[in-house]
Amino acid sequence: MRELRGIGASPGGAAGPVYRLAPPPALPPSAETVDPAAEKAAVREAVLVVAADLTRRADTALDATAAEVLRAQVMMAQDETLIDAADIAIDGGADAPHALTDVLAGHRAAFEAAGGYLAERVSDLDDLRDRLVAACLGQPMPGVPDPGHPYLLIASDLAPADTAGLEPDLVLGLVTAEGGPTSHTAILARTLGIPAVVRCAGILDVADGALASLDGASGVVVAGVSAETVRTVNADRLAEIERRARSQGPGRTRDSHPVALLANIGSARDLTGEVEGVGLFRTELLYLDRSDPPSHEEQVAAYRDVFAALPGRKVVVRTLDAGADKPLPFLRLADEPNPALGVRGLRVARQTPTVLTTQLAAISVAAAATDADVWVMAPMVATAAEAAAFTESCREYGLPTAGVMIEVPAAALRAGQVLRHVDFLSVGTNDLSQYTFAADRMCGDLADLLDPWQPALIALLATCAAAGVEAGKPVGVCGESAADPDFALVLAGLGITSLSMAPRSIPAVRESLAAHTLDECRQIAEAALAAPSPEAARAAVAVLRSSSGWATGAPDEDIRIRG
Amino acid sequence: MPTRTVLVGSASGLHARPAALFVAEAAKQPVLVTIRTGDKKPVPARSMLGVLSLGAKKGTEVTLEADGDGAQAAVDTLADLLERDLDAVDA
Repeated sequence: MRELRGIGASPGGAAGPVYRLAPPPALPPSAETVDPAAEKAAVREAVLVVAADLTRRADTALDATAAEVLRAQVMMAQDETLIDAADIAIDGGADAPHALTDVLAGHRAAFEAAGGYLAERVSDLDDLRDRLVAACLGQPMPGVPDPGHPYLLIASDLAPADTAGLEPDLVLGLVTAEGGPTSHTAILARTLGIPAVVRCAGILDVADGALASLDGASGVVVAGVSAETVRTVNADRLAEIERRARSQGPGRTRDSHPVALLANIGSARDLTGEVEGVGLFRTELLYLDRSDPPSHEEQVAAYRDVFAALPGRKVVVRTLDAGADKPLPFLRLADEPNPALGVRGLRVARQTPTVLTTQLAAISVAAAATDADVWVMAPMVATAAEAAAFTESCREYGLPTAGVMIEVPAAALRAGQVLRHVDFLSVGTNDLSQYTFAADRMCGDLADLLDPWQPALIALLATCAAAGVEAGKPVGVCGESAADPDFALVLAGLGITSLSMAPRSIPAVRESLAAHTLDECRQIAEAALAAPSPEAARAAVAVLRSSSGWATGAPDEDIRIRG
Repeated sequence: MPTRTVLVGSASGLHARPAALFVAEAAKQPVLVTIRTGDKKPVPARSMLGVLSLGAKKGTEVTLEADGDGAQAAVDTLADLLERDLDAVDA
């Protein structure tokens, strides 16, 4: 047994065999002399190995969409034209890995040129290239391992692309050698509810298949544990998950102050289990990858599917959030050098107002046909005047509850004025972080600036929440931060009235809130607001949180009534 | 040489599942069928990479062509498939 220490990044215990995320293979320098027959054989062998591995993964994939992507990759790997073109490149003097890389680079360019859906599939081609090159070089398959049974994933660090297909039912826990409590790994682990330890030096020295355990609260990792220990740790974890799954009912503090716990969804399919309502219904799915906007009838049908599933409950619909960074061909938006700061969200209506009015009309018809409590909000609002214009449009279409998202610091600073014109606010903390810190959301190197615990972000949240309290209007939060059980206490203490998150994250947040009084949440919020740094804010909240007994994990009986 | 020009009928275009279904059907044909958009270079219909690289969307005009015994039947089968909304087909 060997004890390693890291930083706890996502609470919970986990144990099992470790498997590492192999980095993409480095392309070696071109070979000087090439035996064409041997290189051609190597290409064929690599195709066989990769196609067999991807087929096995497709057969065992739990998610139908993931299986489809994998089967498409198998068809690309087995494409005769790939082998033919590689043969030609080899005859021209290339070795097998370079031949495959060059051929796929040609298709990559075609995918990118086509734009839209195909441009997004470039990562599938890159993944296929990495796999083929690794097979040629006799290296392990890059990417998330798939041993076919539950395991602990270990890695130097995880990038968003590595974890897109992460299967929470198979990955018992995560341990990374690098990263920090605010890295992508940590955020992802908390979102998925997977125990995680980051910055654990020495974890990469543990061999694949060795048994290890981790404690995501203390940051302790033990390598070389017994099978008996693995069973005990996982049984405890399972009991904890089952206890949380039994927790039902509306979100509230220990003293029954309500904080609605809502779901973020993209379509009716995302509605799993019982929810209080939907705090963010993203409507982009309907518009993606098509040359014409969806018709009125098509939109009515899609919205009605969601509304009909939630009779008597709140559904907050966000109007189309598109722009040059999420291009839609029919909007014919010009290329912008700085798309995050360009014509996106509500700003699209400046040029193409019919897209918004068609959508509002469809929402209105669908809402009238069901019993859901339908709210509508606009993304990327910067001024009170924009908010007023949006509310006016909603009223014209008979939509009684109109609000705006707060993602732009200008709107957060003037939350009180904005609220005069709307019925509610919803703070999108991911974009609000990006714009407040001038840090691209996609830029991994700036992850520390995008930490929701940054005092400047908390200060803007406090401004919005205070404006809501003063106006007597709801102010919710949707975004990464709402799913963090500790940060939820900060938000409740600031006066935020609802938290919207991936449905999977709701039980842990419900449990956290139920273990604290509103007064405790206010003290926690004050401590976070007063802290000079994200680290200090986390630490201050951890102290207050444990002193109130949540660390024991004992849930309030009230939230288990349906158990 | 049997040729047919049709409009892609699948809502998501000739991508993802529609492309997979189309390529699989093309591989079953006794003759080599090619597909192209406009005047661009034709690609084999049974090449997944080639078909995807066309970037054909719903309503894009594509031309199928084949030669030899059974060419007309092969072109017709694949043309009919392209015109359908393959996103709506059950898995």
